[in-house]
Amino acid sequence: MTTSAVELQGIEKRFPGVVANHDVNMRIAPSTVHAVIGENGAGKSTLMKILYGVQKPDAGTIQVDGEVVSFSSPSDAIAHGIGMVFQHFMLADNLTVLENVVLGAEKLHGTGAKARAEVRAISERFGFHLDPDVLVESLGVASRQRLEILKVLYRGAKIIILDEPTAVLVPQEVEALFANLEGLKAEGHTILFISHKLDEVLSIADAITVLRRGTTVGHPDPSSATKRQLAELMVGSELPSPATEESTVTETVQLSVEDLTMVDEFGRTVLEGINLQIHRGEVLGIAGVEGNGQNELVEGILAMRPATGRVRLGDEDMSRWGTRRRRAAGVGYIPEDRHRHGLLLDSPLWENRILGHTYEDVAVKGGWINRGGSRRDAERIVEQYDVRTPGIDTIARALSGGNQQKFIVGRELSGEPSLLIASHPTRGVDVGAQAAIWDQIKDARRAGLAVLLISADLDELIGLSDRIEVILRGRLVGTFDPRTVTPQDLGEAMTGGQEEE
Amino acid sequence: MNRLRNIAVAVAAPLLAIAFSLAVTSLVIEISGGSAADFIGIIFSWPADRILVNIANQTSLIYLSALAAAVGFRMNLFNIGVEGQYRMAAYAGALFAGAALLPGALNVIGALLVAVAAGAAWAGIAGLLRVTRGVSEVISTIMLNAIAVTITGYLINTYGVKAGDSRRTEVIPESSQVPGWQPFEKAAGEVWTLGLLAVLAGVAFWLVLNKTRFGFDLRATGQSESAAVASGVNTKKMTILTMLISGGIAGLIWMPSLFGSAHYYGTTFQVGLGFTGIAVALLGRNRALPIAFAALLFAYLNEQSNRLTIEAGISVEVIQITQGIIVLAVVIAYELVRRYRVRSEEQRVAQARQDATTEEVPA
Repeated sequence: MTTSAVELQGIEKRFPGVVANHDVNMRIAPSTVHAVIGENGAGKSTLMKILYGVQKPDAGTIQVDGEVVSFSSPSDAIAHGIGMVFQHFMLADNLTVLENVVLGAEKLHGTGAKARAEVRAISERFGFHLDPDVLVESLGVASRQRLEILKVLYRGAKIIILDEPTAVLVPQEVEALFANLEGLKAEGHTILFISHKLDEVLSIADAITVLRRGTTVGHPDPSSATKRQLAELMVGSELPSPATEESTVTETVQLSVEDLTMVDEFGRTVLEGINLQIHRGEVLGIAGVEGNGQNELVEGILAMRPATGRVRLGDEDMSRWGTRRRRAAGVGYIPEDRHRHGLLLDSPLWENRILGHTYEDVAVKGGWINRGGSRRDAERIVEQYDVRTPGIDTIARALSGGNQQKFIVGRELSGEPSLLIASHPTRGVDVGAQAAIWDQIKDARRAGLAVLLISADLDELIGLSDRIEVILRGRLVGTFDPRTVTPQDLGEAMTGGQEEE
Repeated sequence: MNRLRNIAVAVAAPLLAIAFSLAVTSLVIEISGGSAADFIGIIFSWPADRILVNIANQTSLIYLSALAAAVGFRMNLFNIGVEGQYRMAAYAGALFAGAALLPGALNVIGALLVAVAAGAAWAGIAGLLRVTRGVSEVISTIMLNAIAVTITGYLINTYGVKAGDSRRTEVIPESSQVPGWQPFEKAAGEVWTLGLLAVLAGVAFWLVLNKTRFGFDLRATGQSESAAVASGVNTKKMTILTMLISGGIAGLIWMPSLFGSAHYYGTTFQVGLGFTGIAVALLGRNRALPIAFAALLFAYLNEQSNRLTIEAGISVEVIQITQGIIVLAVVIAYELVRRYRVRSEEQRVAQARQDATTEEVPA
């Protein structure tokens, strides 16, 4: 191993007022899977854009196969055998697999039989199972991702950058992807793997580079490092954990759901006879593989989608109420997808303070927008919840994911809610913000709030919940005590292992 | 400082767009053998008294039309049917006023209400179709435009009063005609009093959209329907209501003209305002005050261009090239400005974060 596939030395990239990368050094050995990890905003994306020719570094050198290169566009990078698969796929749904592959690369093998043969050959060699003549709109997420990788391979890439490839996949698909990556590695390809998920990184990577605040801070060995060590390198301090304190559960039932059933527009039953109760001061965790009815449960409780059954908050029967009335009665809602459900991205923060809270006096008084009140309260949230922003007139889009989330948490905990529905509250949030959000939820619980917590992060669920229910195919299939349950038990229940007994 | 720069950019964009489109139009005129110098000279000459009055009147009609379109745009509803809505409303209003069921001013108010109701109802059909059957309002309103032309045509031909070789509605009784203000000698004409409806509508538009819960819900729905649903907005109800409001404003469009000078619905009816309104709404970024300037600009260009044929032998239609290019250029310019702002905001946020982190780390 004399030459590296890629070697970066002293890479620096400045934007006006901001240093995105500085003093970045890394060596990527050929035919390996090399993981790049770091918090949101640590400079991973900028670094990958530099390597893929989207941006030019201000200083430092890039070597590919021992040769110093300078890219001014992605086509330069492609010419040097570097390809990138973005998190958001760039595919035309109404074209076939073959057409998507040859689009923009017509010169390589034409668009006809030769191209088709090449696509087939690549697909077979790596076990991608992609038929060149199938329309992309009929493909699932995992197949689309393989198609993106195929596109890159078709263009002759030897070094493939994957930007958070597992974020969109279910566990089985992740395994299949990793098998594909092993196949690519065996054929001499080099993979650059960007991820948040530390256990995945440990299981697939041959080498790891950790970025923090724009610079490389370590190259831990994946065979000996632990998740905790990686996380600590990323944050640069002792890692908080969501350990619960003593129970604050009371006798008073705050939320009671009876026989909640939902049928979707295709006539499928997506929620079936859900019964659950949450007491004041209690966190009820819902565990489940994604897509088993978690979203439907939340949307049913909030009346965002039609459902049958009874929902009671305290003494009040909300079953016939609309969403606004339910939220006004004291339900805070931290949505899973903050961009779709939690924010008006192009509005300033103070207007986002009003969103979903138009029943609070501080936001709206007698039908009129309370500009002063919502501005003051937005200031309070920014201060109290440590939202990093130049001010409340900044548009929500400009904030990083973690700060957007902190703002939402602050907003949903104001106005004295009696129930908090938190759907993946720390998803896509960096470790620092994660700890802050956990603390907020714990404080709220201590203050007597009932919390419905939905999370895909089992550590988070076990750490925060007083009780865990497992949801599978729209039904609650088991109750667990987080003090005694192991992730293995939960995993088994989530995949239906119990049913078969 | 930053704010000042943003405002400067926002004002500079349309001015540059106007200059650019006049340049392109001049080029077209030169290529087709006309004199660009004549064109520029006429466009920039001070308008005659009569034209000044026309500009004021046309501005009010165009402004109402643009407001009607803008209400829909603000919640992502593309009401292309303002044209049909104000035609139905103009007919219904004229019919009611001509029937003289009520005396004097009451008749005017009654007719305005009828016109608003007719415009709202016609737009409501598209809203209902969208909510219940998922029909795109773009398609349904375009079709309703065509239907409005044939329905009013049929009604006028069947029930209209014969006047010469055309038919029209009854003339409004003199007691219900609304005289205007004569700024110059009589021949220059009057500025219609009911043009004030445009001012009222503009103020109401601004107030409701920016200052009320309803307006917030409407804007939230326009920005992100999913976020609006999560915040408890009934988007179906919102769609219907917005279409009704949009159609209702559309119903007012021709009223100043009806009571000020036309006095009946027939050959005097002015077509095309609905489409002009869409362009003007785009130009004014769907905001009350900028739309007013845009409406004034379009009215000015329309009226000034009337002189082109007589005085310079240039076809009046060239002004549509100018207007079209202004809208296109401005839409592009606004998008560039928007992206520039988002980028500079992001940089400010990154800057603030970095300052914060350097503070935390002791040097």
